[in-house]
Amino acid sequence: MWEYTDKTKDHFLNPRNVGVVENADGVGEVGSMACGDALKLTFKLDENQRIKEAKFQTFGCASAIASSSALTEMIIGLTIEEAEKVTNEQIAQFLGGLPKEKMHCSVMGRDALEKAIACYRGEAAKKIDGEVVCECFGITDLEIKRVVLENNLATIEEVTDYVKAGGGCGKCHEKIQTIIDDLTGLQKSEKKKAAPMTNIQKIKLIEETLRREVKPALEKDGGNIELVDVDGSRVLVTLRGTCATCSKSQITLKNYVEFKLRELVADDLVVEEV
Amino acid sequence: MKMKVIYTDNNATTQVDPAVLSEMLPYLEQYYGNPSSMHTFGGQVARKITEARAKTAALLGAKPEEILFTSCGTESDSTAIRAAIASNPDKRHIVTTRVEHPAVKNLCEQLAKGGYRITFVPVDRNGALDLDLLYKSLTNDTAIVSIMWANNETGVVFPIEEIAAEVRSRRIVFHTDAVQAVGKLPINLGKLDIDMLSLSGHKIHAPKGIGALYIRKGTKFAPFLIGGHQESGRRGGTENVASIIALGKACELAGANLHEENTRVKELRDRLENALLKKVHKAFVNGGTEKRLPNTTSIAFEYVEGEAILLMMNEFGICASSGSACTSGSLEPSHVLRAMGVPFTAAHGSIRFSLSIYNTQAEIDFIVEKLPPIIARLRELSPFWKSAVA
Ligand SMILES: Cc1ncc(COP(=O)(O)O)c(C=O)c1O
Repeated sequence: MWEYTDKTKDHFLNPRNVGVVENADGVGEVGSMACGDALKLTFKLDENQRIKEAKFQTFGCASAIASSSALTEMIIGLTIEEAEKVTNEQIAQFLGGLPKEKMHCSVMGRDALEKAIACYRGEAAKKIDGEVVCECFGITDLEIKRVVLENNLATIEEVTDYVKAGGGCGKCHEKIQTIIDDLTGLQKSEKKKAAPMTNIQKIKLIEETLRREVKPALEKDGGNIELVDVDGSRVLVTLRGTCATCSKSQITLKNYVEFKLRELVADDLVVEEV
Repeated sequence: MKMKVIYTDNNATTQVDPAVLSEMLPYLEQYYGNPSSMHTFGGQVARKITEARAKTAALLGAKPEEILFTSCGTESDSTAIRAAIASNPDKRHIVTTRVEHPAVKNLCEQLAKGGYRITFVPVDRNGALDLDLLYKSLTNDTAIVSIMWANNETGVVFPIEEIAAEVRSRRIVFHTDAVQAVGKLPINLGKLDIDMLSLSGHKIHAPKGIGALYIRKGTKFAPFLIGGHQESGRRGGTENVASIIALGKACELAGANLHEENTRVKELRDRLENALLKKVHKAFVNGGTEKRLPNTTSIAFEYVEGEAILLMMNEFGICASSGSACTSGSLEPSHVLRAMGVPFTAAHGSIRFSLSIYNTQAEIDFIVEKLPPIIARLRELSPFWKSAVA
């Protein structure tokens, strides 16, 4: 039996925003019955270009239904630009986490949202670019690369948990491994290249990383982060907004900011609050 | 708050019968001797094992010395298949089916990697075996034919008597995984051409972790667990005394309850099945209903997903299981339903109910009351439902 959080169970047993929005501005459909899950997301904007209404229909297991319900709750009130930044990780976090084997449910939510936004913008639904790697579930190399990079996946099982690729006959396992190896090799060499940085370069990169990767996540919870100084490997920051008063701020700092900076800038960085 | 549990998942495992429990408990408490010991304290335990062996043999119409106690159904299956290939070292072919339990299926897939040629005999849409293909696949190179008696997911029963006779006539070893058949179908091995048969205690109201393998007298055998002289040298390791005694008692009770399984339990199963099919549109039974275990029904509810159904039933304390992918952690629905060609759309929404003598009509009626609204609710959520009924 799966260990679902109470929030996941609640969104499964009492799903929010079920149905189809009439005269929707955006419609996104992903998955199929053959795959075991499918989601149709529809939304409508108000006069201020914010999502006024979002509804879903889902065929799938408890976590697929809960992820869809969570997604609608998360995007109502957002502008398209804001909604566009919602990641599968955030959907899972909204539910208090998902069993790892069920992460593909959150990826399905993100994919449906992306399609609905593309539909709103009148962009042709994104072609399935790339080459099909997993024939059982029709997953391409580009789709696999994306989840590997976005979620720091390291094994074939993880790729299967996130996009199902490799979960059928297993013939594509070698190809998936090659994709993972190529990408992790790439990341390593990128990091190595970044190693002999001047101080200015390092500060720039830290600033950039905080702006791109860290801030959006903190701002979602009403928090903010400012870079004060970089002293060797010490990164001095201030926290503003709810994060500063939140008892979990140490954990937020240590786990999240430091993790991101170590991953993307240099692995000896230490984050300190001033 | 403790919710009342309505347990209709007896093909997964069963409640230990209170009489079985009280029979085994003294052998966990005061009579802890080793049956191999010379003293009376151990010897009295050995006598109880002899008694359990006789009871197990009696249920199957076998001789006591033909019964080997194992740790589970899976061990019995592995022991049988490995014994057959070890005693026929020059034969490199195994025949089985596409719908076996993983205990046989995964072992055969493993052996295939080691160079064995495996014929997985297909089934039709009703789950019936292609006997023609089965017989045609038999050659001088075939070491063993292993075919389950009854399917754990659909309850479909294979014509084991006929198959065993045909295989025997070609002088090939025949093994059957009867884990789901024992206690539900009458079995008389004295009259059949079966060389080895697996059973498992926890499917017949004994505890988990005890099984048995019937090995017909004269069948070539090689032990799987090498060690002491226990089980006449066919399985090393000090006996799981209390569980063996429990299995003996459970076999005795299974014989006594066989009639009830095939009358009252069967009627409850039919009542459940008929009522659900009547109340729920776009639902059908997986597998032919004619030759089927009396306690099992697998019903496909189209356009909904099994895990969601199970979790909603769980809110009412109803326990069943699903052929859906999501419940198992794999991504594909049950290999049994796929082998039968059940469309994905229905396989994902398949629910198996498996009853036992402990179920009551009130419980069945409770399920019939609660399940249809659950299906309706999930179909409302589904993007495919409206267009399907339009
Ligand atoms: C047909 C069949 N064979 C084998 C087994 C395995 O039995 P055990 O759980 O005792 O290893 C089962 C149990 O699920 C079964 O249904």
